[in-house]
Amino acid sequence: MQLGSIFLLALLEGLASASVLALTACGLSLVFGIMRVVNVAHGEFFMLGAVLAWFTASLIPGPPALAFAVALVVCPLIVGAIAALADMLVLKRLNYEPEATIVATIGLLYILQQGALTVFGPNALPVPAPVDFRFQFPGFGYSGYKIAVIVAAVLLLLGLWLILTRTRIGLVMRATQIDRATARAFGINVDRVYAGVFAMGAGLAAIAAVLIVPIQQAHYLMGADPLLLSFSVVIIGGLGSLRGTVVAALLIGMVDQMIPIFMPVVFPAYGAWFTPTLAKIMATLVVALVLVFRPQGLFGKRAA
Amino acid sequence: MTNKLIAPTRRTVLTGMAAGGALLATGLTPRFAQAQSSEPIRLGFQLHRTGIGAAYGRWYERTATAALKVVNDAGGINGRPVEILFEDDGTDPARGAEVFGKLATQSNCDLVFGALFSHVVIGTAPRAAELKVPYLVCSEGHHVASGMLNRWTLQPGITDVKSQVQGMAPFVTQNLGKKIAMIFPDFAFGHDHRDYFSAAVAAQGGEVIAQIAIPPTETTFTRYFPQIPAETEVIYHVMVGPAVLTFVKELGEFYGTGARPQLFGFMDSLEAVDIASPGLEFLDGSHFWEAHPRYKQADASEAETTYRAAVGVDDNGAAANDPADVATYSHMFSTWETLFIIKAAMEASGYQGAADRQKFVEALEAMTDFAEGNEHPQGAKTFNGKTHQTFGIQSISKVEGGKLVRVHQTTLADGQYPDEVDYTTQSF
Repeated sequence: MQLGSIFLLALLEGLASASVLALTACGLSLVFGIMRVVNVAHGEFFMLGAVLAWFTASLIPGPPALAFAVALVVCPLIVGAIAALADMLVLKRLNYEPEATIVATIGLLYILQQGALTVFGPNALPVPAPVDFRFQFPGFGYSGYKIAVIVAAVLLLLGLWLILTRTRIGLVMRATQIDRATARAFGINVDRVYAGVFAMGAGLAAIAAVLIVPIQQAHYLMGADPLLLSFSVVIIGGLGSLRGTVVAALLIGMVDQMIPIFMPVVFPAYGAWFTPTLAKIMATLVVALVLVFRPQGLFGKRAA
Repeated sequence: MTNKLIAPTRRTVLTGMAAGGALLATGLTPRFAQAQSSEPIRLGFQLHRTGIGAAYGRWYERTATAALKVVNDAGGINGRPVEILFEDDGTDPARGAEVFGKLATQSNCDLVFGALFSHVVIGTAPRAAELKVPYLVCSEGHHVASGMLNRWTLQPGITDVKSQVQGMAPFVTQNLGKKIAMIFPDFAFGHDHRDYFSAAVAAQGGEVIAQIAIPPTETTFTRYFPQIPAETEVIYHVMVGPAVLTFVKELGEFYGTGARPQLFGFMDSLEAVDIASPGLEFLDGSHFWEAHPRYKQADASEAETTYRAAVGVDDNGAAANDPADVATYSHMFSTWETLFIIKAAMEASGYQGAADRQKFVEALEAMTDFAEGNEHPQGAKTFNGKTHQTFGIQSISKVEGGKLVRVHQTTLADGQYPDEVDYTTQSF
């Protein structure tokens, strides 16, 4: 493969993983920014979205594109409903105390993971891609669906930004984020906003998972990686900052792919060193450095 | 009043003691003899029911259960019924050792068998030696014959990787190419492939020009493929875990319609995956190693037909009642054959109970040949009691029209190598 081809492949793979990661991490960031809840079960909402996508696709006959379209709408709604229920039954009753909610979401993580194992079984569950075409670049072929994922994720992120900045729902959410008590004084039903935000955060993870599942298959243990990467992204980007989240997702997604794809070619003698594991180590190291030198994240505002 | 009821006289106590003592001394208590002859033999099964080995676990359980029925229908072992206690180890080494302890000490199993994943086997084997309970693994890893484990751990039901790759390497270098890039999972099992296939290829005058290790929990693979050198003639791939379908699909996508090297895969890359899955069309014409051909071959033996029917597998290697439920056909025969070997060794040693565990291992070590037949449907094998390892024949199949057709079969001699350990000299 030529250097240019390898660079293009790394770029595409980086964009694909970054775009899905950005969606997932935005969900986590939203929940933290508005509710101040560190949602450890976020990866399991991602997993649930993927497994439900398989379930939906297996129920609906006909072309894969139809089943996929239904899954893309239905799965985030179901996952969002489960999240809203968890918020009302668990988090609200803990008064959103930081320590208590962390422990509660750890419990939620295991309930969701083992629940998926019990109901859907331990096997990897494939979902056919809705579009089946391939780009043939010089030196390598590339799945057209992955490029479609990049485009879809960008559109969804734009939509999220519009909702947050241009709609009444967004206004209410931002008001609650800035000052919960004042928002309540102005007649905003904070409980409902919180349930909605938690549902939206989980729904974003589920949408990301539905997009990824024709590439990766659904599996009950798949939640760990998105959780770890999402945390890295929101810490680097600044918890609660959507702009920071997107920038950090691009950074992490690129590092995750550039290191194992590009570096072994540039330094062939040390090729074996540049593994995806090294990329993860680097990303975690960046997280640690950010926490030490800029705890509010690259784009976060310093706490008043 | 009550005093009279509960206080026996001195005479009755003495009589009772004498009678009871006599019975105990001669060991002729009828109830005890009864229990000894009809209490079931309990076999523990360390099962990958969940975790990354779940697809194998699903079929290992079915295969072992089918074999158990055959054994019990034929009168059990030493005239006693046999039970298998399946316990999930989550395909995790730490959990594997715990499960072994539970099966051996709490469930009072006579022995434990069935583990496949090499990291689980390596993590569990020390516990087998501690508890002095036989551990019969179905793992393919070279760790048994390499001398890494112990006298209580044996692998009588499946050939190890070193023997498999040594038997197949000549076919690869003579028919497909001499410059080979290897892709393998980054744990003990994959390292066996890396070390012994590279050595076997070098012995044939070929060369492994790239060794690409991938963690078995990986979910996306495209980023590894640019490391395949341009001058590669053959890609040798072996992958395990829940993402094998993704792995093969992305390999196909990576080359697309462009020129690509020959492909030689270990069937592990496709176990429990339908070859007709969308995106796998590119595999047509490529070669696979199979221990036990998934698609029923034209010259299949009668034992093969019986085995498929008993386990519930159709001629395409899928569940008879669900064509989408594809078997881990190349590996699961090992649980079937291991159960019949357990039966043979227990009968040879006159196994009665836990006290005879050492005699059981010694009887197994004394075995040398397993003939092809209903008890060994995969084919004839030789067993090396010193290295605790069995050696069988291997098949190389070609994908033709969406099916695997055998094009080459190794001989028992192809897979032999000098002993690296003599476990029989070790103490129990």
